[in-house]
Amino acid sequence: MILLANPNPILRWSWIPQQWTDRIQPALLEHIQLTMLAVGFGFLLSAVLAGIALRYRWTVGPITLFAAFLYTIPSVAFFGVLRTTVLGLSIFTVLIPLTGFTILILVTNILDGFRSVPAAVREAADAMGLSPIRRLLTVEVPVAIPYMINGLRIATVTTVGLVTVAAIVGQGGLGALILDGLRRTFWTPLTIGSVLAIILALTFDLLFVLLRNWLTPWSRARRS
Amino acid sequence: MPDDVPTPAIRLRGVSKRFPGAAEDAVAAMDLDVDRGSIVALIGPSGCGKTTTLRMINRLIEPSAGTIEIEGRDVTNQPAMQLRRGIGYVIQQVGLFPHRTIGANIATVPRTLGWDKARIDERVHELAEVVGIDPSMLSRYPDELSGGQQQRVGVARALAADPPVLLMDEPFGAVDPIVRGRLQEELLDLQREVHKTIVLVTHDLDEAVKVADRIALLNVGGVVEQYASPDELLRAPANDFVEEFVGEDRSMRRLALATVGDLSFEPGPVIEVTADPAAGLAVIDQYRTDWLGLIDDEVFLGWVPRDQVVGRRSLAEAERYLPAAQVAPSSTLRSALEVIMTSRTSVAVINDGGRFRGTVTLERIRAGLAGELDGPAERAA
Repeated sequence: MILLANPNPILRWSWIPQQWTDRIQPALLEHIQLTMLAVGFGFLLSAVLAGIALRYRWTVGPITLFAAFLYTIPSVAFFGVLRTTVLGLSIFTVLIPLTGFTILILVTNILDGFRSVPAAVREAADAMGLSPIRRLLTVEVPVAIPYMINGLRIATVTTVGLVTVAAIVGQGGLGALILDGLRRTFWTPLTIGSVLAIILALTFDLLFVLLRNWLTPWSRARRS
Repeated sequence: MPDDVPTPAIRLRGVSKRFPGAAEDAVAAMDLDVDRGSIVALIGPSGCGKTTTLRMINRLIEPSAGTIEIEGRDVTNQPAMQLRRGIGYVIQQVGLFPHRTIGANIATVPRTLGWDKARIDERVHELAEVVGIDPSMLSRYPDELSGGQQQRVGVARALAADPPVLLMDEPFGAVDPIVRGRLQEELLDLQREVHKTIVLVTHDLDEAVKVADRIALLNVGGVVEQYASPDELLRAPANDFVEEFVGEDRSMRRLALATVGDLSFEPGPVIEVTADPAAGLAVIDQYRTDWLGLIDDEVFLGWVPRDQVVGRRSLAEAERYLPAAQVAPSSTLRSALEVIMTSRTSVAVINDGGRFRGTVTLERIRAGLAGELDGPAERAA
């Protein structure tokens, strides 16, 4: 009764069917797209950087430092500067910072994954005459997978949250709903945007857990 | 070396290794021959280069100088990866691939060599049986196995492509002493089947003595102080270093090494049960003992005390004590000693699957240690 009487409730259910096609669904899809692109590019870039770091040990410090530097840039400033200077309103305006923010998490987790390969396992692989490339692909990468996926989980959940911030430069997926709700002091879009962002983060996380369990049946034996 | 001597399976000539930045050689101009089908243990204090030597054989470490030949072929004449596929390698930490099932771990080298699936499957099952891994475990992952089981899998993996040479770096160092003992026995059993040329690094003298045909005792800097059979190493240390390394209890170690079968058998104070009691008394007097053993053809019946023999018409009537103190030819002298110490007669009967073979006394063991004993090499042959 109170909820019905309140002109500005936390959630007005009727708003959902009204706005689903025009605003909610596109925002959700854009959010998913931005998250996947950012994490996807981030992973590719991080794999290359981790590869360099593993091949040339002295680069570990500089690469980590560079990734940490990217991570420390305030997100609002990063989006804003790209928006107002070089890129304007392009998908890259938000994608570049979003990708940049994943790199520290992903590079460190990929490196941790490779460091988790026991020296004895590498020695055994060498002693059995596996070529370096075969050792990498059939031994080191599979053993590092749980770490890589853990990195992807953290990076993805973080990115889902950061995408909402990108709304201030007009590319924020569900963040646009939240921002709209804040501007109009109309709680319904804010609630929907927030709840969907949370559900989205949890869904991605769950998918990664399932992926990890599917890819690494052996680590279940280890966990139990 | 004369021409008629067959080439050893592994031959090191002037092999040395100096690591970059090191002031001293880790291994200095080492010569070592390993006979085909034998087990050689490399042993010595830390820093003696035993693991370095082992790893130079399959070129995990490249020698700084010298040549290493396997079956007469210089190891540097072929690509390292190809060489290694022909050499089994077992390490203390096992190094099983955690993401691969036991079966897939064992199949590593055959798969690299491109065997077809049926042949690999057959080989994996064969090896599982050889090393005592239940076939139901083949689909499990290494983390589900105990340390001892993992090491068995490690050995199976090393043997998968049937390499003539097996290198083992402290293979049983990470398991508890009971499992270690069992794995050592299994290695000897296995070796009787597969006849590999095995080089084994260990820091455990008892292990070296137990499993090796020859022991190379290394000093710091990779200097071979003595290269001899376990018995010779214990009986006749070449110098002070060896003597100190093998320790003051080397006679006790030899007891664990040699078996009753290594002694020449002598009948002892025994006589056929059908013999005249007077002859029995004569035997007792001859051996200056208080007990007479009775045998019926090849079966030992029991011990009779001297006073039971005196005045009897037949030895069969005499009250007998069952021979509790028995040993087999395969018993170690150490366990024979234990039996003798706890026996009323101070004599252990050698029972070879029901057949009487003779007796062992403290004096026989002492005399045996004073002479030359056959080691496991002779037994395995």
